[in-house]
Amino acid sequence: MTANTSKSKKLVRFLANNTVPILFLFICAFGIPLSGYSASYLISEIIVRLVRNSFLIVSLLIPILAGMGLNFGMTLGAMAGQIGLIFITDWGIVGLPGMILAMIISTPISMALGWLCGKILNMAKGREMVTSYIIGFFMNGIYQLVVLYGMGAVIPIRSKSLVLPRGYGIRNTVNLIGVRKALDDLLLIRIFGIPIPVGTFAVIALLCLFVLWFKKTKLGQDMRAVGQDMEVARAAGIRVEHTRIISIVISTVFAGYGMIIYMQNIGTLNTYNSHMQIGMFSVAALLVGGATVAKANIRNVFLGVVLFHLMFIVSPMAGKNLIGQAQLGEYFRVFVSYGVITMSLVLYEVRKKREQAVAGETLAAAQEVGA
Amino acid sequence: MNARRPIELGRRFVHSFGLPRIIIALFLLSLFILAPFAGVNVGTSFSDTLNRFGMNAIMVLAMVPMIHSGCGLNFGLPLGIIAGLLGATISLQVNIPGPASFFLAILFCTPFALILGWGYGELLNRVKGGEMMIATYVGFSSVAFMCIMWLLLPFNNPTMVWGFSGSGLRTTISVEGYYLHVLNDFLAIRLGRHLVIPTGMLLFFAFFAFLMWAFLHTKTGTAMTAVGSNPIFARASGINVDRIRTLSVVMSTWLGAVGILVYQQSFGFIQLYMGPFYMALPAVSAILIGGASVNKASILNVIIGTFLFQGIVTMTPSVMNSMIHTDMSEVIRIVVSNGMILYALTRKTEAAR
Repeated sequence: MTANTSKSKKLVRFLANNTVPILFLFICAFGIPLSGYSASYLISEIIVRLVRNSFLIVSLLIPILAGMGLNFGMTLGAMAGQIGLIFITDWGIVGLPGMILAMIISTPISMALGWLCGKILNMAKGREMVTSYIIGFFMNGIYQLVVLYGMGAVIPIRSKSLVLPRGYGIRNTVNLIGVRKALDDLLLIRIFGIPIPVGTFAVIALLCLFVLWFKKTKLGQDMRAVGQDMEVARAAGIRVEHTRIISIVISTVFAGYGMIIYMQNIGTLNTYNSHMQIGMFSVAALLVGGATVAKANIRNVFLGVVLFHLMFIVSPMAGKNLIGQAQLGEYFRVFVSYGVITMSLVLYEVRKKREQAVAGETLAAAQEVGA
Repeated sequence: MNARRPIELGRRFVHSFGLPRIIIALFLLSLFILAPFAGVNVGTSFSDTLNRFGMNAIMVLAMVPMIHSGCGLNFGLPLGIIAGLLGATISLQVNIPGPASFFLAILFCTPFALILGWGYGELLNRVKGGEMMIATYVGFSSVAFMCIMWLLLPFNNPTMVWGFSGSGLRTTISVEGYYLHVLNDFLAIRLGRHLVIPTGMLLFFAFFAFLMWAFLHTKTGTAMTAVGSNPIFARASGINVDRIRTLSVVMSTWLGAVGILVYQQSFGFIQLYMGPFYMALPAVSAILIGGASVNKASILNVIIGTFLFQGIVTMTPSVMNSMIHTDMSEVIRIVVSNGMILYALTRKTEAAR
């Protein structure tokens, strides 16, 4: 009897902890047959999305460890990555060396931006997420100032095809033909006709290993302590502010690399738009994978990419076949992306409040017993 | 000794008025001074500024109740805007031309604003402490949800739906023949060739600003301020904190709905789909520029802030364009508005320490 109730309790807890992924499983289960896509098409699409997005999403993990929530400031890293890509396109460095050079260029920019972001977030403790979100917008202004007005005027850009006809500023789209699929085509194998870019997967696996290793280092343990309770960590002699800044810097640098991997897969850079959507999609995918604002691991990343992008791929077709309008499916997926973030944030806050209440009650009960 | 006193006074003034605000005010002032040299007509610029002030002021005013009750900056303003859009589209569907349609739109948007605002308020009561982030995403998801609804809702007034399919609302709908400029043209004063003062719209705002001011001095209004400044004390003195907070959110949502209607009557178009997506940010930064903080705001902040923000938005494109032949206004707008929000978000913790 007791075993039975504990089992059902376990099931309830499992469902409560995984509301979002389960909901998504239902949406996908409903949408896949409606869309009429074949299994091999879906699998190859999912592999493409995994290649594109995983690195970016893994970059979100470390600030969560440090208790800073979802780092919407990852757009800063994306901007740095894009600046690197613009430079190597201008210099005409192609292939893998070009990609690596873009990463090298992006690193100091990401570090500076990440440091700034961390500094600002330290001034806004308790509302890191909304602040990092606004930092993304703010930096977008600076990015436009640099790329749209500075490049070609102050910062030398030789290539005519990059610069707007007026003589300065980068064009709205930059063709990344030089680095297109540079990493993906390295070690590309085919299984049942489905191309699998082993090279990119190896890089992603390496990053995952790094994150796993990092969690075990002194710094990683410090971050966890800071994430659990800043005051306790401070009392234990951890430099709280410093640790928090480092977590954001690491995240920003990885986001920059992630953006370069993302862009080499797509092949065209939307100079003024690409980075703005990245934050939202990455965060949504991570949350779909069952992560919360306070807890996320690598399993969440991959589950999230698969489920979220499955929904993304099937919904326009499903919308078309169900109601006759593809536009509807497109709006639906935008709604679901935002809805899922909203829902996760609400669930997290509600749960936090309930836990606080429970902790208070246990404390009161303990005191009563003591009295 | 005597020489130091003005410096001390100046420092105190800077401290109380806020450095960013002074910089922005000086910037705007210099734009107005530069305007004649750049060949921009000051009269036109000034009436443009006034016009934009009237268009946006009520949406900025919508920030006040939630700041007072401690719910923070209302990044969920798009929810209110959606109530307003529903009111506007239903009013056009009923198809009564002329100024009456404006008041019908206000009438129709009210129930939506009350229901949506109530639900939104109840939600925010459950997530105390994380309101702003959740408000942002409530706004975004409601806009995305309504994108689906605009396609599906059974509107059929030919001025509103796509011509070829006969269903699904257009992305922009003209309000010409309905309530275009009903407030702008009411008692409008023309001074010379360029300067027009949209008296009706300003009076409309003044009316709402007065109501808000009066409300904040009633018993409920005082309770709202008490809830915002110290919820525990407020509860101890017998105030139902959650109820007051919900009330503030409902007020804010309704003001957002009315605000977008005033905006439309001057702008001339109803913008659907992704139109309201980023509309919260200008309103939020306007009230912050006016001197409000995350937990303190007054009507004066609304007026100063809207004027400064809209002044910069109006003046930078024209003046900059003619001075350096480059339109950097968009960048300046992004940096100023978001920089201001960042400043406010980072400031309160300093004060708390």
